[in-house]
Amino acid sequence: MAFTFAAFCYIVALILTAFLIFFAVFHVIAFDELRSDYKNPIDICSSLNPLVTVEFFVHVSFNVLFLFAAEWFSLCLNIPLIAYHIYRHKTRPVMSGFGLYDPTSIMNSDQLTRAQREGWVKLAFYLLSFFYYLYGMIYTLIST
Amino acid sequence: MSAGLPRQHTTSSVGRPPVSSVHVSDTDVLPGSTFHSTTVSYTTRTGSCADNRQPQILPFQGLSGVDNLLGPSPGMSSSTAGHALPPDQFKPSRYSSPSLALQQQNSYQPPKVSVPGNSNAPIYSVQNGPRLTSQFPQTSQMMSRTGQYPVGRMPGPYQLQSMQGVFPRESLPQQGSYPHYLGQNASVPLPGIPSSSSGPLLPAPFPVQSWVQSSSPGVTPGPSEPTSARSSQNTSPIPMQRIDYMEGQFPSSRPSPVTSATNLQALSHGSGEPRFNGPPIAQGSCPPPPPSAQSATPFISTTSSVISQQTQVQNVGFGPPLNGVRPAHVRPRYPQQSGSSQTSKLTSQPIRQSSPFFNTTSSTQQHFSLKHPEGPVGGIAGGYDPQLHAQMTGMSIHGGFSKMWESENVNLLQDKNILPSVPLEPPKILTPHERPACNRDIFRCTLRKIPETHSLLQKSRLPLGILIHPFRDLNHLPVIQCGCIVRCRSCRTYINPYISFVDQRRWKCNLCFRVNDLPEEFLYDPVSGSYGDPSKRPEIRNATVEFIAPSEYMLRPPQPAVYLYVLDVSHSALQTGYLTVFCKIMLQELDNFPGDSRTQIGFITFDGSVHFYNLNESLNQPSMLVMSDIDDVFLPLPEGLLVNLHENRALIQDLLKDLPNRFAENDDTNSALGAALQAAYKLMAPTGGRITVMQTRLPNLGPGALKSREDPNQRAAKDVTNLGPATDFYKQLALDCSTQQIAVDLFLLSSQYSDLATLACMSKFSAGSVNYYPSFHATMNKLVTEKYQKDLRRYLTRKIGFEAVMRIRCARGLSLHTFHGNFFVRSTDLLCLPNVNPDAGYGMQVAIEESLTDYKNVCFQAAVLYTSTKGERRIRVHTLSLPVVAVVTEVLGSADQESIICLLAKMAVDKSITSLRDARDAMINACCDLISTYHNTIAAGQTAGALMVPCCAQLLPLFVLGLLKSVAFRVGISTKLDERVFAMEQMKSMPLSYLMTYIYPRMYPVHALDDNKSLQIDEGKTVPQPPILQLTFEKIDPTGAYLLDTVVLMYLYLGRGISDHFCSTVLGISTFRAIPEGMTELPELDTPESLRLRNFISWLLSQRPFHTPLLILREDSKEKYRFLQHMVDDRSESAFSYYEFLQHLKQQVSK
Repeated sequence: MAFTFAAFCYIVALILTAFLIFFAVFHVIAFDELRSDYKNPIDICSSLNPLVTVEFFVHVSFNVLFLFAAEWFSLCLNIPLIAYHIYRHKTRPVMSGFGLYDPTSIMNSDQLTRAQREGWVKLAFYLLSFFYYLYGMIYTLIST
Repeated sequence: MSAGLPRQHTTSSVGRPPVSSVHVSDTDVLPGSTFHSTTVSYTTRTGSCADNRQPQILPFQGLSGVDNLLGPSPGMSSSTAGHALPPDQFKPSRYSSPSLALQQQNSYQPPKVSVPGNSNAPIYSVQNGPRLTSQFPQTSQMMSRTGQYPVGRMPGPYQLQSMQGVFPRESLPQQGSYPHYLGQNASVPLPGIPSSSSGPLLPAPFPVQSWVQSSSPGVTPGPSEPTSARSSQNTSPIPMQRIDYMEGQFPSSRPSPVTSATNLQALSHGSGEPRFNGPPIAQGSCPPPPPSAQSATPFISTTSSVISQQTQVQNVGFGPPLNGVRPAHVRPRYPQQSGSSQTSKLTSQPIRQSSPFFNTTSSTQQHFSLKHPEGPVGGIAGGYDPQLHAQMTGMSIHGGFSKMWESENVNLLQDKNILPSVPLEPPKILTPHERPACNRDIFRCTLRKIPETHSLLQKSRLPLGILIHPFRDLNHLPVIQCGCIVRCRSCRTYINPYISFVDQRRWKCNLCFRVNDLPEEFLYDPVSGSYGDPSKRPEIRNATVEFIAPSEYMLRPPQPAVYLYVLDVSHSALQTGYLTVFCKIMLQELDNFPGDSRTQIGFITFDGSVHFYNLNESLNQPSMLVMSDIDDVFLPLPEGLLVNLHENRALIQDLLKDLPNRFAENDDTNSALGAALQAAYKLMAPTGGRITVMQTRLPNLGPGALKSREDPNQRAAKDVTNLGPATDFYKQLALDCSTQQIAVDLFLLSSQYSDLATLACMSKFSAGSVNYYPSFHATMNKLVTEKYQKDLRRYLTRKIGFEAVMRIRCARGLSLHTFHGNFFVRSTDLLCLPNVNPDAGYGMQVAIEESLTDYKNVCFQAAVLYTSTKGERRIRVHTLSLPVVAVVTEVLGSADQESIICLLAKMAVDKSITSLRDARDAMINACCDLISTYHNTIAAGQTAGALMVPCCAQLLPLFVLGLLKSVAFRVGISTKLDERVFAMEQMKSMPLSYLMTYIYPRMYPVHALDDNKSLQIDEGKTVPQPPILQLTFEKIDPTGAYLLDTVVLMYLYLGRGISDHFCSTVLGISTFRAIPEGMTELPELDTPESLRLRNFISWLLSQRPFHTPLLILREDSKEKYRFLQHMVDDRSESAFSYYEFLQHLKQQVSK
């Protein structure tokens, strides 16, 4: 039983993933509201756009920790998502600020559906990885 | 009935506490009183004010147009709303004369009682019938206390949504949580309800009996409803309740309002008797309406609605004004096809109108016969091309009747001369029970029959979408002013011709199928004055109606018309000379600006700095303020930059005269457009309105500066880049503008690359319009200058709607998924249109989300809520109903090729932002899909070696070829990026009828125009109707003259061998050789040939709102390529000919 750097990484990842789960829930709710007419796309986009950037950096940060801790398996689990985030930022509409969502095109239902689906998939992913990190933390803590 | 019967006792006592009302007898109402008081209930004889006793109002209302008659001017209303205030508190600063004048009228008002806003006092304005009076007296006072229109910031579009009806009415705040504009329906337009008030304004083209049949199940003329009792109990046919109070108001024991024999008749039909085929409603045969209706002039006093046939600018259509007739869409056709002479048809029209009962049926029959030309399917019917005619004879037998059956198919490879010689008739839609169909130029769907499931749509592989031109100038539009607008309580659909009546008091929504109650006032037919039959209402008889909205539909007082002009005065701009032209036209049209006395105007000019103009009336001359700090723009003056057009006219004229000279020596070559726009936004934000931007070069300074992105060497490249915006500055600005109800219209007059792709964003997302005049020069380029002048004139004077929203409701199971056009999409079905103009079209793709198996018909309803320039809130509602089918062949057979092409073009524009090649492939694939799907549905033997398509889609490949070769999508031909982007913008926002000509121009032979198939228009003009030729050089005879109409430009192409006779009689020039290069006008010669051609061209121009200049081209001209590039069917260096294209399709299909 030892408090290693890897254990620390898992603890950090665990806490941050909890945040990411909240982000994903917020994301899902926001698009649901958009779909059901309650909110203005301009407001939604201006509230979500900073969030997706934060999400990206939070996700990358604990993966950097995994890298340093040589937790290769955990890192590999996350690489596809990092790649997807980078892809999304590369193909985003022309924008001067942060973020991915453009209020003028988000109401097209293909984009809306995609964003909504993305929210659910991410939520599922973060939930699963939350439990994985929990497991990973305990595992590293008890194994010497 | 007795005159002074206190009516509200009969009506208000049910279910609500008594009112602290003052009863004013009829004699107390002084002549000048309008229906000011919304918070007061006073009694009077219904109809006591039927005569137009409005001396005070008359001079101020101007009475210039129907608009005035239909609704009070806002100034008037506001003063009435503010009656509780002493006159000195009432600041007339922005209201100008009407309000001042009307203040005096306060003294004439009947005594009134102010009821607190949430009081439950029933509020009636008796003379006005049962119109919905405002329940917001407090807010109205608040509004007038502030005394100015821009009471607060305009609520964002989010709030606007509630005006379109997401808010249930009941949930609206009762107190002044936001400024409610009270007056709008608080007073009634008495003055000058013209003589029409005595007669039916709307004819009754609608067979009532079919209605009742459709709604028969619930209709039982049972004895429980003594139909004649009502008139003795309630002296007036007019209920006076708000719709919200209606439930429980009339217990079931209460006699039904059914009084007329017509209704009895109708009812009996409903219960299963044979269908009554004669004229259902004959006014003469109607039993007398309830006494009150007789006792007064029927129109205002007894009606709940004021209805009028609003005559609008007649820009479309040609016929004589069809007074009192439902706007039957008469589209000119090539006479030979119609079977009978066009002349006789036109003259016979008035006869039909006089018996309105036959109108529907006869017009449909007419439609029908016209729809199926007797000529060959693809033939030229005129005697212009004997060669072709000979070619076509083989086809002609097969042509005539086969088109009647939609299952008919055509082998494309059999004959490439497929274009009909007459303009394509919009396909007819089968509406249930012969209900009126929506004008096909306004509302179209790509499929005339909706497949019932998503998989069926997939199987047919056709795009499903609607194209709408909601604000089109209409000759006749029923305008309805009534207390309550009848809408479905759950989905907020407006009542329309396709609903069904469950019984006399209930109707079933055709979108959500909820059964709603019918307010009593809806039973009254304002046209005939009869009572009891809801199917006679204009809402039920017209698929397009306009309502004058009560104050529930406002979140702030209706804004005045505000126009701001942002003008480029840099060196390059002055070089083009546009400013002189602009100022000249502004000076000429200053009187014709749409707007009322509150109209405001302002000017901003910019080069490297931004210049403001103080036009305050205290000044002797306009003073210019220069702001050179363009990075942080602010408004130099709190007021004076936007001024009242009428009060400060002299200064405005001075400024317009002075502007061109003022900057004549300007040598600043920079352009700080971004800063100027930010300033304009700040200036307009409190009110909203329209910003007009004149730009002549790439903005290069301050915020929003751009860099050139075009590589001239890549103009003919296979894939085009930079079709998207370079920065989102203009988009952000447009979104901000959109929130503040500002639209930005861009006029780009540039000869060099100006990055229209980026600049256009300012208009795209603020519902503006984009106009582009490449290589504009006032003296060097006459053609473009002419177009600019005419377009600008039209632009300045055309109708405009402010702070508008458009909501498109679909039947359950359908949803809109992608939107095309210039607007901001506020929510899944709500478009935010800060300005709505009559020349903008919109497209929406539709998805089938649930199975429609249970439905026979599905409906789309588009409602545009806007503020007219007279300060009224109005709602224009269009409804389209389409049958549902379950078989793929029927879906294919119901394709509307023109709509499909327009929707394809719009979709392709979206796609080409990422890749033009993909967009082109997608269009070709659409053709392949159609053919291969159709091949699957027919017998294999027929398809061998053939390209079979359904008859109704036979032109699809031709039009797709036209699209592939259009400026927007062509590759391999040098095309300037701006021109391409502009063409794409046109595809997105042009209404269908013009867009089709834009995609596939029309060519007419004009060397042998004759009168025998001509069209007579009312001024005694004879318009010849030459056939339309397919766009191939084969059709061009070297001895002929051809007119090519591309919407942008008209070319008169003269073959080398043109006769000297033609030259002298039409052009006034002796021989072909003497025709000068670049001739742009036809001389007004007094020869029949010249007259015919000029009549024909002016008739073509009268069919469209914008101008198309004429260019005369000799066959040996240097500019000949401009004509040749439109020869879509011919092979060019980089593109297929039509025949090759078909072969290509065949290869693709057989893969």
